[in-house]
Amino acid sequence: MISGDYAVSVERLTKRFGRFTAVDNVSFDIVRGEIFGLLGANGAGKTTTIRMLAGLLKPSSGRGTVAGFDINRDYEKIKRRIGYMSQKFSLYEDLTVYENIRFFGGVYGLTGKQIRERFEEIASHIGLSGLMERRTDGLPPGIRQRLALANAILHRPLVLFLDEPTSGVDPIMRRQFWDIINSIAADGMAVLVTTHYMDEAEYCNNLMVMRDGKKVATGSPGELKKQFHVSSIEEVFVSTEMGKR
Amino acid sequence: MNIERFGAILSKEFIHIFRDPRSVFIIFILPILMMFLFGYAIDLNMKEVRIAVSDQCSTSLSRELVSRLQSSGYFKVTRYFEDPARSDDMLLGRKAQAVVIIPRDFEERFTVEGDASVGVVIDGSNANTASLIQGYIKGFFGGLSMRGQKVPLEIRPVMLYNRDMKSSNFIVPGLVALIMMMLGALLTSVTIAREKETGTMEQILVSPIRPIEIVAGKVVPYLVLAVAIAGLIIAIGHFWFGVPVEGSLAELALLSILFLLTALSVGLLISSVVDSQQVAMMLSLFATLLPSTMLSGFIFPLASMPLPLRLIARVVPATHYLVIIRGIMLKGNTMGQLWREIAALSVIALVFLLAATKRFSLKLSSGK
Repeated sequence: MISGDYAVSVERLTKRFGRFTAVDNVSFDIVRGEIFGLLGANGAGKTTTIRMLAGLLKPSSGRGTVAGFDINRDYEKIKRRIGYMSQKFSLYEDLTVYENIRFFGGVYGLTGKQIRERFEEIASHIGLSGLMERRTDGLPPGIRQRLALANAILHRPLVLFLDEPTSGVDPIMRRQFWDIINSIAADGMAVLVTTHYMDEAEYCNNLMVMRDGKKVATGSPGELKKQFHVSSIEEVFVSTEMGKR
Repeated sequence: MNIERFGAILSKEFIHIFRDPRSVFIIFILPILMMFLFGYAIDLNMKEVRIAVSDQCSTSLSRELVSRLQSSGYFKVTRYFEDPARSDDMLLGRKAQAVVIIPRDFEERFTVEGDASVGVVIDGSNANTASLIQGYIKGFFGGLSMRGQKVPLEIRPVMLYNRDMKSSNFIVPGLVALIMMMLGALLTSVTIAREKETGTMEQILVSPIRPIEIVAGKVVPYLVLAVAIAGLIIAIGHFWFGVPVEGSLAELALLSILFLLTALSVGLLISSVVDSQQVAMMLSLFATLLPSTMLSGFIFPLASMPLPLRLIARVVPATHYLVIIRGIMLKGNTMGQLWREIAALSVIALVFLLAATKRFSLKLSSGK
């Protein structure tokens, strides 16, 4: 299904809201099993980019495919093949862990048996076992975040979108979370993640730095450091931001 | 429409409804509360009109008349005196709402000529109450016979369908309509606004679920609930307030579902423009309560309104539903006799539901 090896491929993607251009002529590719990081300050256009790829927003112009399908036309088909985790904890707080999973699994057309089996498998893998009957509003942030992740991968998507998944989570939890992301990607899932934690950028295979809706730098963490003659991604980010003035 | 996806939403909605104590409160307690509150507050009847009697005759016959007044159940004789000149004081001092003046020659004319007359002075400061009192007094004297002799009266008001002039018969069906409209719109708009507020709507939107499935999954549970509530408040109206159900209950149920669909559509329309539960709540109350009370014939007769308002009233769903529910409950109307209102309500329901679904889908697929 995937054209070439690309899980995501976009060309000159642009989104305008009135006179404001949120995403400006952005092009990039993500292959299967790749962890692709979108870096940028708030308002750089990261979330808008993800929302266009996830079928939540229509691009103003530009072309692209996700899981081999056209983002301008086949977003219904794309939706079945992607997982999405937003900045906000988007599960039902008055429902138990299993009721949430049951609902979202059902929305993706999974049977009750499939949902239970897959969730147990994922739960044991990412440390969520024994929480099935707990209401989600009583769970600590780190657990909720993992639950949201379990929820996003239950239907085995080809591409996983994570929009600032680790905001508000403590460093140890963040570390564990990235271990999980790594193992998911190792199974062949492409992961597009936005973050503003520079240490997290090091976990990515490839990075794209955005500023004011434009792509300002792209490459692997090693390449970027070499390109900017610096020793950390943080410094890469600072020098791209400095370029503004 | 995919059954699994629809079923997933459906079962989730029911969990929400019964797990949230606030919504259970709104859903079951509020309508009952409103029913009793309004059922009693909007009582257009008067119990025990306070009456003063000026008895210049002071014979056994005049005293019998007074005791008849007292025991009729409609009047309470608060003052009993002789001098008719004190009548004004009675009304001005609000000691009585009406004064019955029995003239000196009352017994004489009654026994000899058979056409005794009685004077009545009514406090006219409130036109409504005055005409009610007038009606009561006419009714009293019309049915009065003393010593085997009737007191002839010229005017005989005839009340059809509400013979005992119970205002609850008129108010309760209107109240049912009002509560259903308000609750239907409120429930749907708030449930969707809540999903927008918490961000779960976005999580649903990235899934393959179709807007029509969201709409159906939201409308069906609340329709079921609203029908249960409608049954509950109609039962209160019948068993507590004594409003009859002359017509077919099945027909009433069927047409109530039609009416509820319009209420839920209003809720959907509202939810497509607001993002917070608070605003959804305010807008729902505003958009349903005002037209359903003012422009539906609930209390104020439409016939006496200017043309533009009458035209607006035509598209208020409650206008047609009121004719239907009053017709079925009070007059025993059948669906055949109500076809105009049924047709109008069907058209309104269809237009509302289509508009709501379309607008809702459009809003969802284009993102925020």
